[in-house]
Amino acid sequence: MKDAFGTPQSLLVLGGTSEIGLAVARRLIARRTRTVRLAGRPSPDLETAADSLRALGADVRTIPFDALDPAAHEEILGKVFTEGDIDMVLLAFGVLGDQANDEGDPSAAVRVAQTNYTGAVSAGLVCATALQNQGHGSLVVLSSVAGERARRTNFIYGSSKAGLDAFAQGLGDALHGTGVHVMVVRPGFVRSRMTAGLPDAPLATTPEAVALAVEQGLRRRSELVWVPGTLRVVMSALRHIPRPLFRRLPV
Amino acid sequence: MAADTRTTPTTEADDPFVSVTGWGRTAPSTAFRWRPRTHEQAAAAVREWGARGGIARGLGRAYGDAAQNAGGCVLDMTGLDRIHSVDVAGGTVVCDAGVSLHRLMEVLLPLGWFVPVSPGTRYITVGGAIGAAVHGKNHHVSGAFTRHVSAFDLLLPDGSVRTVTPGTELFDATAGGMGLTGVVLTAVIRLHRVETSYMLVDTERATDLDEALARLAADAERHRYSVAWIDLLARGRSTGRSVITRGDHAPLAALPARARRAPLAFRPGTLPAAPVVVPPGLLNRATVGLFNEFWYRTSPRAGTGRLQRLTTFFHPLDGVPHWNRVYGRDGFVQYQFVVGHGQEETLRRIVRRIARRGCPSFLAVLKRFGEGDPGWLSFPVPGWTLALDIPAGLSGLGAFLDELDEEVVGAGGRIYLAKDSRLRPEVLAAMYPRLDDFRALRARTGADRVFTSDLSRRLSL
Repeated sequence: MKDAFGTPQSLLVLGGTSEIGLAVARRLIARRTRTVRLAGRPSPDLETAADSLRALGADVRTIPFDALDPAAHEEILGKVFTEGDIDMVLLAFGVLGDQANDEGDPSAAVRVAQTNYTGAVSAGLVCATALQNQGHGSLVVLSSVAGERARRTNFIYGSSKAGLDAFAQGLGDALHGTGVHVMVVRPGFVRSRMTAGLPDAPLATTPEAVALAVEQGLRRRSELVWVPGTLRVVMSALRHIPRPLFRRLPV
Repeated sequence: MAADTRTTPTTEADDPFVSVTGWGRTAPSTAFRWRPRTHEQAAAAVREWGARGGIARGLGRAYGDAAQNAGGCVLDMTGLDRIHSVDVAGGTVVCDAGVSLHRLMEVLLPLGWFVPVSPGTRYITVGGAIGAAVHGKNHHVSGAFTRHVSAFDLLLPDGSVRTVTPGTELFDATAGGMGLTGVVLTAVIRLHRVETSYMLVDTERATDLDEALARLAADAERHRYSVAWIDLLARGRSTGRSVITRGDHAPLAALPARARRAPLAFRPGTLPAAPVVVPPGLLNRATVGLFNEFWYRTSPRAGTGRLQRLTTFFHPLDGVPHWNRVYGRDGFVQYQFVVGHGQEETLRRIVRRIARRGCPSFLAVLKRFGEGDPGWLSFPVPGWTLALDIPAGLSGLGAFLDELDEEVVGAGGRIYLAKDSRLRPEVLAAMYPRLDDFRALRARTGADRVFTSDLSRRLSL
């Protein structure tokens, strides 16, 4: 069960090798979380991630999960819930893709969309139903500031996150009053493996900062969290900039 | 679970799925609400409520998650509110578990009887008083509420009913057992004789914690009720400054002529309710500090024999309906612990830490407990208990309270489950040595599969 501060005792991370996902898990293990399930494609990385959390004292198991195989989601994720309550599901999987390449390779672009959006719709709905049946829990969805307004430099990724973001918000409304809390997290540019080699964007942040924001958001039962918080203001301005101008901005 | 014709949900008749929280308004969860009107309906509910179990719920004054049950059922007991009989000569009452202490006072005071033990609110049910083994300002003389229960009928996991009397395992597991052994249906309670509905109250100020402890310890037995309000924002030399209040039921002779015409009248006053929406952060160090300063300064340095209405003395907050709303959307947590005699140094250290950190708490109460009570999970042990309310939105509060837990455990003390919403499960066994017996009894009777709450899931009770 969650405690009075919204901290979960059991956590399911979808995208078990996600750096943000692991940073959140580490932070929550330091508080109340004792049971962690890391769902991801079986790989040495996934086992390493599990070991790193075990070293912190948590009971960790890995679950074979592939965002690109939605047909299997119901069975695989449903089973996790039959073994005990999951207080929080963190939807952390996603790929950045390679915009320059993917524009010329539609099948690669589709894979980005299927991972980030289609896979999330399927996994999100399976988990939402399970959470609703247990009458409590949080579904935390890692969206991105890139989904707020499509940019020339990464609109394939951005559009998939825009879809995910809209989906998660709608799901949050649908689950309002069921005891299940849906929180959308919109980080800006996060320095991580995913963005390695890319130049830092303004207001760049870290997985640890996202983890802190998630913990605070759980406490406040927030529905939408920006990381860093100043992005809320920046984006509300950027959102209203006319397109001819927006196109020319170095963002 | 489809709506069942035998249940009578109270308000949202067409939507018995309700969001449930404790009095602190943190960690809501959703449950199916049954509101039985008869013992048979209650038994039917217990037999049928399915895999996620159920838990009895009274008036929702437990601060944490003791009376909520995510995805399962809550058995709203307030429909079972009959007072079956009162023995006016002998001073006992037989009543349903859903009867509130407020209702008992309404009925019993004019007859010259008072409830044996009352916590800071009278809006709790008899069932809740047994399940939480509640204590009052008279614990040093009278013990917990359960000490005055001569029998109760308990609805068991299989839907049968058994009469349980003191001295049995089932009694001790249920007294303070947070509703996890069964559902109390009726109880027989021994009452306390009073001549009037007034209190004779002594008030004195203590300039620091040591003085407060010394005064509460000295002539503790002379007064039936005693408690200290403590200013946890005061620092430095005045750390722990307090206002000590002691009282006794006023004899008829102490009343002025006018009051003597209706000496046993029960007249609780009511103020306007707290607003539904409260700005966040209303209770901060500044506002609470101001309140505390005011409260301390306006309390008489030493006043004796002041006549006070019983409800003012026992339940000042009941006058403000929904006072828990003043903590805003984030809600609040109550932290109540007890440490044994001889552990005063721990108490001092905790008070200093709270003062240093500046927890804005305007409801901090210090009390000296007497002999412990038999319940396996019953909270009171001889020593000192401190209870405080803190806004849940305070940053870093969870980790801070975990540190205080360490101090409490280190001193052999414990946390009160009826108020808890955040304890680490690992420290529970050290606090309650009979925990294993409790768990074993639950497993033996099958209660662990039928009676569950968010509290029992969180702490693996």
